[in-house]
Amino acid sequence: MSKIKENNPEYFTDWKYAPSPESKDHIRLQNRYELFINGKFVKPNSKKYFDTINPATEEKIAEIAEANEKDVDLAVTAAKNAYDKVWKKMPGKERAKYIYRIARMIQEKARELAVIETMDGGKAIRESRDIDVPLAANHFFYYAGWADKLEYAFPNRKPQSLGVAGQIIPWNFPLLMAAWKIAPALATGNTVVLKPAETTSLTALKLAEIIQESGLPEGVVNIVTGFGNTGAAIVNHANVNKVAFTGSTDVGKIIQKAIAGTNKKLTLELGGKAANIVFEDAPLDQAVEGIINGIFFNQGHVCCAGSRLLVQEGVAEILIRKLKDRMETLIVGDPLDKNTDIGAINSKEQLSKINEYIKIGTNEGAEIFQPSCSLPKKGFFCKPTLFLNTSQSHRVVQEEIFGPVLAVQTFRTVEEAIEKANNIPFGLSAGIWTDKGSKIFNMTSKMRAGVVWANTYNKFDPTSPFGGYKESGFGREGGLHGLAAYLNF
Amino acid sequence: MERIEVLKTYKLYIGGTFPRTESGRYYQLMNSKKEIIANVSLGSRKDFRNAVVAARGAFGGWSARAAFNRGQILYRIAEMLEGRKEQFVNELVQQGIKKTAAEDEVKKSIDRLVYYSGWCDKFITLFGGVNPVASSHFNFSVPEAMGVVAIVAPENSGLLGIISVIAPCIAGGNTCIILASEKLPLCAVTFAEVLATSDVPGGVVNILTGTSKELHSHFSNHMDVNAVVFCRDDKAERKAVAENGALNVKRIYFWDKDWNKDESENPYLIMDLQEIKTTWHPIENIGVGGAKY
Repeated sequence: MSKIKENNPEYFTDWKYAPSPESKDHIRLQNRYELFINGKFVKPNSKKYFDTINPATEEKIAEIAEANEKDVDLAVTAAKNAYDKVWKKMPGKERAKYIYRIARMIQEKARELAVIETMDGGKAIRESRDIDVPLAANHFFYYAGWADKLEYAFPNRKPQSLGVAGQIIPWNFPLLMAAWKIAPALATGNTVVLKPAETTSLTALKLAEIIQESGLPEGVVNIVTGFGNTGAAIVNHANVNKVAFTGSTDVGKIIQKAIAGTNKKLTLELGGKAANIVFEDAPLDQAVEGIINGIFFNQGHVCCAGSRLLVQEGVAEILIRKLKDRMETLIVGDPLDKNTDIGAINSKEQLSKINEYIKIGTNEGAEIFQPSCSLPKKGFFCKPTLFLNTSQSHRVVQEEIFGPVLAVQTFRTVEEAIEKANNIPFGLSAGIWTDKGSKIFNMTSKMRAGVVWANTYNKFDPTSPFGGYKESGFGREGGLHGLAAYLNF
Repeated sequence: MERIEVLKTYKLYIGGTFPRTESGRYYQLMNSKKEIIANVSLGSRKDFRNAVVAARGAFGGWSARAAFNRGQILYRIAEMLEGRKEQFVNELVQQGIKKTAAEDEVKKSIDRLVYYSGWCDKFITLFGGVNPVASSHFNFSVPEAMGVVAIVAPENSGLLGIISVIAPCIAGGNTCIILASEKLPLCAVTFAEVLATSDVPGGVVNILTGTSKELHSHFSNHMDVNAVVFCRDDKAERKAVAENGALNVKRIYFWDKDWNKDESENPYLIMDLQEIKTTWHPIENIGVGGAKY
């Protein structure tokens, strides 16, 4: 950067962005959160609470109830009763109106939810404000409309709801993942027991408050907080008819194995290691923006992150130079600041995992690049990182890091790009950058991945199905296809 | 002098060729009078692994065929089967099925192939589509073949059973390895001869004979298999298949159906073995009112 600066002084100023923090004054948080079971907030049988902290400051925000097996049993029983006595019998038209209400109330409380999401999870406020919260509301709004139209979705079938859906969600998009899980489950006539991730329970609990306020019949949605044990209790409960899990491939495999031999229906949305493929004829500046958005969106805590860059040899040098320049301009720091591009890493554990991979990448012989930005002294932060000259067998190429780390490889031919892109156990997403339409369609059909972004990246919409091939899981969330996960037909 | 009949050797069908099992083992198939009617290959783990290699090799080409072309090939299988009706009826009768039931089964099998032939270029329109996203993007979702599918065929339906599960699998562009019924294996092997003369590329369908007891765990724990369709009712085997599936997040299906019934043929069986792929592309937004799909 400094060289470019010296050679082109007219393009550069020393202007800095003034701090522009989002206000926290208007948010309402309690010191302690209980479990949301059968329409009420109740103390846990475990009598245990754990702290949730702000990963940007390491300060405690609140304490959260830990649900044990007994608590999960109460939640599942509440969900089953609500299913049998109320929800199953309610006409789709009426179910829809509750779901619409929830959508509207999320919109009303959007700013508060965005601030809490950022405080609890570390993501930049720009993202929680413009992406997570609006998409969550839209998801409820979209699926509400399906509730009375299910027979049109599956030709020649009369779809039936399943019963109690046990849903376990990750910490990277806490409110949005809750919406992805709850909205289609309710629209299809199922009731819910949902467990948020232990580092990011707050917006799910705020959603519980919204659900309570909406007048949704008691027990239709239950939210139990806790760790892996709580999740396992949900998965293994005999009265759970459907398990929906978003998280790591390792845990997904454990769940798939655990429910073997039962009649539980399963959908898994697991890890990824997507290739962002840039051809010589690509619009390079747009591609650079797409690569940045692909890997640094949400600190790289994204299962569909474009964590591998495959660049065609002829443009590799110029593209990598542009990429490095762009990385120099990224603002890493206070997630509540509206100018921040990259916020805090979600937890200390995740930061040490990412740092471990940065060590592994260096030891494997890849060349590392990090911009010259400084990191806040407190909190969990990680510089955006490139690994250049990586090869297909490197662990930083094969394994999901779930952080702001991009592994760069080059290729010569279309065949080589396809081979490298597909030669991993995952198959969640891929990115294609080229100005040639026929090449886009060739590439999209050859990618063994569930979502392909061509000349764009990391776009989401409630109407658009999302989900993986291979070890990235099965089933789809979003769109018409997302209904199938919650119905028998 | 009475002519000596030429007896048939029932072999496996892997990669478009008819090898004997590498294991050299066999089991004896008896008729109701306890007479030996065939020595049937006891397919092994190695045979299965060879078949997976053949199926994976054939997948790229088969899934990239035009849907219309796959439809024609499935129709061609029906044509070939029609021409050999008598042979299949005789084999079913030999294995203890009544003549009228055998005739009915063969007719249904042919019709089922014609049914799925027609679906090849239609289910994508029915189950895919354009998604009206709120941002300025063109977004569409289409079903796409899952890959290599390992199938343990129904035990009680020697011809209709195997065709009812192969047809939706390959109609959707998948390739498969299928274990024939243990007590009714003859038609499966003869059906391989039909496939071999029907323009179905080698490796698209691979047929093994043998026992589910020996092979179910290999079918379900192979790391280059994308999905397993298990059509037997042994509870312990089902559980093992489901557990093994977790090794590489296989899609596991238990298809229990009365294959004689018309409702046992439907496009949802094709869709069980499809992934949904969604593609996004930006739309230029210049001009009055922008543009949208």
